[in-house]
Parts: sequence; C-alpha cells; structure tokens
Amino acid sequence: MSLGKTEVEYISQLTQIEVREDAVDGVAEKLSNIIDLFAQMEAVDTQNVLPMAHPLDAVQRLRPDVVTEVDQHEKLQAIAPAAAEAHYLVPQVIE
Amino acid sequence: MHNLTIKQMSEKLHAGEFTSVQLTQHYLDRIAKYDAELNAYITVTPELAIQMAEEADKKLADGSAELLTGIPVAHKDIFCTDGVKTSCGSKMLDNFIAPYDAHIVTQLKKVGMPILGKTNMDEFAMGSSSESSYYGATKNPWDHQAVPGGSSGGAAAVIAAGLAPLATGTDTGGSIRQPASFCGITGIKPTYGAVSRFGIIAYASSFDQAGPMTRSAEDSAWLLNAMAGFDERDSTSLEREKPDYTAELERSLDGLKIGVPAEYFGEGLDADVAKVVKTAIAEMEKLGAEVVEVHLPNKDLAVPSYYVLAPAEASSNLSRFDGVRFGYRCEQPKDLTDLYKRSRSEGFGEEVKRRIMVGAYALSAGYYDAYYLKAQKLRRMVRDDFINAFQSCDVIMGPVAPTPAFKIGEKSDDQVSMYLSDLYTIPVNLGGLPALSVPAGFAQNLPVGLHIVGPYFSEAKLLNIGHQFQQVTDWHTKTPAQYQ
Repeated sequence: MSLGKTEVEYISQLTQIEVREDAVDGVAEKLSNIIDLFAQMEAVDTQNVLPMAHPLDAVQRLRPDVVTEVDQHEKLQAIAPAAAEAHYLVPQVIE
Repeated sequence: MHNLTIKQMSEKLHAGEFTSVQLTQHYLDRIAKYDAELNAYITVTPELAIQMAEEADKKLADGSAELLTGIPVAHKDIFCTDGVKTSCGSKMLDNFIAPYDAHIVTQLKKVGMPILGKTNMDEFAMGSSSESSYYGATKNPWDHQAVPGGSSGGAAAVIAAGLAPLATGTDTGGSIRQPASFCGITGIKPTYGAVSRFGIIAYASSFDQAGPMTRSAEDSAWLLNAMAGFDERDSTSLEREKPDYTAELERSLDGLKIGVPAEYFGEGLDADVAKVVKTAIAEMEKLGAEVVEVHLPNKDLAVPSYYVLAPAEASSNLSRFDGVRFGYRCEQPKDLTDLYKRSRSEGFGEEVKRRIMVGAYALSAGYYDAYYLKAQKLRRMVRDDFINAFQSCDVIMGPVAPTPAFKIGEKSDDQVSMYLSDLYTIPVNLGGLPALSVPAGFAQNLPVGLHIVGPYFSEAKLLNIGHQFQQVTDWHTKTPAQYQ
C-alpha cells in the first residue's frame, strides 16, 4: 500500500509533526516501505485469537484513592521552557 | 582493576586493598583517555561519581556495605537521574535535567554505587545501531568502523572497553541483547514487569524492560538482584517475591533440555554466526545438556506485529513532548499550533518522527482493526509458540542477530532492513519473556552472542546456564587489544 500527499498531510496533522512541502514525497515513500511490511499480517487467519495487550495477561493494579503526590511544582516548572506564577506560558490563544 | 569480576572487586573493596574513590577514579581516567574515540557516554559525571564513592567508602568502613557498594555504574541515558541531564539521545531533551530518579537509579544509589555517567543510545531507544543519537554514533570497541548495536550501544561499548564495570540498559525489541552480542558482553532482558519502568523515558510501554549489561553472567546476576523488585509506581510491576538471581549460578546443567528451533538456522543467517552458535550449543551438551528440536512457526510474524504495536505505543507516549512543560521549544512560535508542530519537528530526529507517524497511522480511524488489533492477535500467536515449545524443553537457544556488527552507515538509509535484523530478539519482547545473550565466539573478527530464552521468571536459570558456560569458555573475558 502506497501513501500519498493526502495521507502524509493527515498524519502530520494527527501527530503535530510538520512535514515540509519539499519533503512530502520522501516521507511518503519511507512510511510506505514500513507499512508494506504490515501486509504480511493480512493473510494470517486470526479469527479465534484474542488480542494480547499484556504479556502476562495481567490486569491494571488498583490502589486506594488517596493523595500520594506532594506539591513540587516549583521543581518541575524550573525545567519548563517558560513558566510564571505556577503556570506554563504559551503564545496567546484567546484574543 | 578493570579486569576483575564484580565479586573480586567487591572482595578487594571490603578487604581495603583499594577504595571506592580509587576504583571510581580509575574508571574516570579510562573514560577521559578513551571515550573521545568511542563516543559511548553522552554525559560523564566525575564530581557526582567521586562524591558518591566517598559515601560508599564510609559504608565500607562502618560495616554497612553490601556486595555492590562502592562499585561504579553507568546508566543508559534513558533513566531519569535527579539533577543530571537525561537526554534519551534526543535534541528534544538536550536541556532536560531530570527532576527525579528512576526506580532503578534509586535502588543502586541506596546500595552505594557511584554513577560514572549516562551512556549513548539510539534516540528514544528507537534503533538497532546507536547511530540515531543526537550526540553522534557510538563506535564498536572491537572495530571503530562498526556499530556497537542498539539501542543500548553506549552501555555495551563501555563494558567492552572497560569504561565501566557495570551498566544498565533497556530492551524493547532487543536493545540489551543485540548490542551485548555485537560488543562481546553479557546482557539479560528480564521478564516483563520484573524491573520497574518508573523513570524510564517511555518508548513502547508494553515491551520496555530494563536489565543489566556486564562482562559475565555472574556479574549480571548481582546487578539484577539490585535492580529488580516490585515498585508500586509502575502499574505493570509484578507483585511477587523477588528471587535471589545468584542462587542457582553453581548448579550443574546435567539433564537440561535445550530447544533448538530449526527456523532459526534458515536463510539470512550468516554462516559464520551459525557456526559459532552451534559450537556453543555443542559445548552445553558437553556440560550435560540435551538438545531437542522445537518449532516456532509464527516467528516471521513477530517483526511486522512489533512494528505496528511499538510505534503505536510510541505515538501515544511521545505526545507528551509538546514544547510546553519541558524539553525543546522552537524559537518565537507564532501561535500554539506552530509551537507544537515546530517544537516536535525540530526536536525529534528522523527515525523518531517516522515511528510516531507510522504509529499514529496504524491507530487512526479505519485502520485500527486491520493493523493494531491484528498485530495484537499475532502477538499472542508468537507468544503461544514459546509456551508450546517450553512443553518439551527448559530453554531455547539460537542466534541473537543474523550477522556480527555491521558497518556504521551500512543500514542507516534502509529502515526495513534494519528492522528485519531484529528477527530473533523481537519475538521474546512480544512474549514478555526473559532472555540472555552471552559471548560465544567470533565471526569476521567480531564478537557473536548466544541467545538463551527461558519461560517467565526463569532469569536465575538463564544466568546459571550462562555462568556454567563461562566456567568452561573464556569468550566473556576477551577485550579489544587497545582497551586491555
């Protein structure tokens, strides 16, 4: 299966990864090569096979609903590209 | 000093023949001398290492020291280390000073193991050659033209070159075992859930598993003892009593049933590698083991299944890198969408972007059933092959990789060919099984590993087999001439 410009633009939108106009063909080709690898799966009969999400078929562990985290926003925000007064700063969204 | 086993090193530290500061300084001196040519470390932490070594010496003096106290360690740069840059081999995290420690980093700190630094790796652990690192390729200590394997290539190289006595790695599709094979060292991927993933920068969460990378199986057993165990901060950490991974090391291999899948020795396997692996299995027979034929009929489905599931998980895991909370942010974003898109496009390397895009596509509307769900079903089929095979054998042996280390640049433009080279390691990750790579000989003057796969929770048995093999062979003691 071969991906074209439309699919690459759609994936770019889904992943928030920019693909420059002059790079679209190259990206489409490389992604198509990988997706071609998936074609091998089609012919396999999996009708009676359950999908496997966890190697040991374990279920997610639950814990009591109590607060365990301590407030360390100063430490965590010290590594943010831009933060002030316990907020992360981004370009203005609302005019 | 750097040719001692971990047990010998520990005995000498406890006997006061040298101090942890002297031992740590010895490794720091070797790093200063050799790492410029190997590029195996992203960050070296000499001040932290010496400070931790001084604390270890106090423990050794007051009698509170354990076997690993005072022995330095190198962490793969995927493990968060409080106050130390944790880049994951990416420009995205080039400025990321981790605000906390990964569980295993905490564990090894508690024991008193000085941190020498953070080792180089494929960006976000996505690769099999350590070439995709933002910090440049790591070289194989046996041949500077060759790759060390990946993604834990830096860790394998520092052990092979004697730039650390012990190293930590992670294995999502073979990233401990394949570099161990390429660099002539020992590496074990434990059962999924045996070692906490807390603080490991996530690639594909249902596969990621940390493990030791060392000279010998015995050294790995000691390090795994310190790394493994339940951690409530990892939702898939296994709640079961932690075994002593050194307990079975001395057991005889008499009566051990080794399954050898005919499928592993077919087309595509380098003849010299096949010879090394077969000779190693014959050595096991001399030790009392018996070979039986087993079959893994779905092995060829593993690579396509993995390359749907792992990128799908990655596309979700890596959505956290948005240029807002930490990591790289583009210059002068004109709006929020521009900030997201340019930060991610400029911060991620090509292979990482490719896997995120493939994963998002596989999960997208209209393709979920055909790709993601189908791949999850194949995952079960591949896993069940192993379960069936273990009905008639104790462990499975075969090659780790189809060839010895390939040349730098040889496969970097052909992703699919690179993916297919992981055909022996990936099925094990799909199953979540434990597996070991031990040095077994040389092909084309490069090291070759023997792959030993066991049932769930058989780590102690695998290390026992590796250790017994290393009692009668000396492949694990070989070091490249210039690093002796």
